[in-house]
Amino acid sequence: MDALIPQLLNGSAQGALLLLAALGLSLTFGQMGVINMAHGEFLMIGAFSAYLVQQVIVASDLSIPVALPVAFVVAGLFGLLLEVTIIRWMYRRPLDTLLVTVGVGLILQQAALQIFPSQGVPVEKPRWLDGQLTILGYDWPLRQLFTILLAAVCVAALSAWLKYTSFGRRIRATVHNRDLAETTGISTRTIDRLTFFVGSGLAGVAGVAASLIGGTNSQMGAQYIIPAFLVVAAGGIGQLKGTILAAWAVGVALAFFAYWTTGSLAQVLAFILVIVFLQLRPQGLFTVRTRSLA
Amino acid sequence: MLELTDIKAGYGRTQVLHGVTVPSADVVAVLGHNGAGKSTLLRLAIGLIKPSKGRVVFDGEDITSLAPNQRVARGMAYVPQGQQSFGQLTTLENLQLAADGRRRRKALIDAQLARFPALEQFATRKAGLLSGGQRQQLAIARALITEPKLLILDEPTEGIQPTIVAEIEQTIMELAAAGMNVLLVEQHIGFALEAAERYVVLASGHVTQTGEGGKAATSTVRAAMAI
Ligand SMILES: Nc1ncnc2c1ncn2[C@@H]1O[C@H](COP(=O)(O)OP(=O)(O)O)[C@@H](O)[C@H]1O
Ligand SMILES: [Mg+2]
Repeated sequence: MDALIPQLLNGSAQGALLLLAALGLSLTFGQMGVINMAHGEFLMIGAFSAYLVQQVIVASDLSIPVALPVAFVVAGLFGLLLEVTIIRWMYRRPLDTLLVTVGVGLILQQAALQIFPSQGVPVEKPRWLDGQLTILGYDWPLRQLFTILLAAVCVAALSAWLKYTSFGRRIRATVHNRDLAETTGISTRTIDRLTFFVGSGLAGVAGVAASLIGGTNSQMGAQYIIPAFLVVAAGGIGQLKGTILAAWAVGVALAFFAYWTTGSLAQVLAFILVIVFLQLRPQGLFTVRTRSLA
Repeated sequence: MLELTDIKAGYGRTQVLHGVTVPSADVVAVLGHNGAGKSTLLRLAIGLIKPSKGRVVFDGEDITSLAPNQRVARGMAYVPQGQQSFGQLTTLENLQLAADGRRRRKALIDAQLARFPALEQFATRKAGLLSGGQRQQLAIARALITEPKLLILDEPTEGIQPTIVAEIEQTIMELAAAGMNVLLVEQHIGFALEAAERYVVLASGHVTQTGEGGKAATSTVRAAMAI
């Protein structure tokens, strides 16, 4: 029992970080079908953005709140650039997209290695994240709590944006039926770019959270990309609810496996679990019931 | 309003339309058996497919290379075959989509809700849960919200319960009487000839007959469809 609570809380925070990484993918992969392997590097760009913001605004209490929107915009612009230059030509060719974005990811990693020290850079935690919150007798680090809060805010903001704004409405319509959206007067090209901007921007936000928990270096994106894809796939395409649950489940499973075994074995075990799950339920956690309705 | 000149088009390597010309007129009906190429012709008119040869001119402008949304912005509207709506969105959201970015959004939507009371009643219901007839009314309402100069309709009464068929036919006649241009594909030859100023018969991607709507006999049209 003593070991259970810390792993559960720990895993929840890991799950929240995974969810942040997966949110953007649920837009670009889930909604648009683009396999963007550079998504992890957009996360890295977000983390480095946090570092750069700290070079300008030294007070870390302030710099992290500023870094969040900055990382969103910077990573979003990188995503937009990728969409406009490369991905737009490959919408119906998933394998090509995969190969090309793996290449783009490697180039971004290499660029980060050229610009920043190879051992990575330190991102200072704000003082208000230093403490702990005692939950069920366990001292829960505030930065873990912060990650969960940030993920919750991002999920709420994203779903409200999709549900209540005209842009969100147009994205949902374009996902549902591209041709019909076009003939309703929607510029689906503009929607594609916007979706990519937002999806990549969310990776940037995830990067800021990741920089507060782990190291900020050129390799950091690579460790999130596969789990994030698995979370989106296991949660069900375009299913926010499923994605949240899947992220949490994978996060907690990782924490427990890491407790019982070692970190890297835990990763392998978690992947196997997700893959077995996908074999059993290829449509994800929740099945879409209204499939046949046009 | 819309002229299609010597159109060749198809899907991939399969050519479906072999040099089709459709004259400009206020109300044009396109007639033909299943598979003749009628829907392909309308998809081409709205820009969902591009011709390998030929020109599309709307309101004096060559729009052959424009995307569908640009054609909508210029005053074309399209109601595809098969009562298509955004099923996961509510009825109201379906209408808002068409109204977004326009002035007097609310007035535009309200005008269509008044025209089709069933849509008003089910405004907050997912469009996928509407009946076929209601979905078709929604599709027409969505098209009309954009205040088109030309309304393109692909078999608007196909597979719809008879009570709503009469309503839809009446709507089309009223719109035409009010001066809206219409390009109509219709299986119901009697209604098509009644509504149309000019008609075109398609058979296997060729125009086999054209003429004036009011004067044509159903039998001569049927003969041209069978060629
Ligand atoms: N998406 C498509 N891909 C390939 N062939 C198609 C497609 N849509 C229609 N066709 C073919 O084009 C021809 C004309 O179809 P269509 O324009 O739908 O005819 P109509 O509307 O007159 O019934 C048919 O032979 C049909 O099989
Ligand atoms: Mg057809």
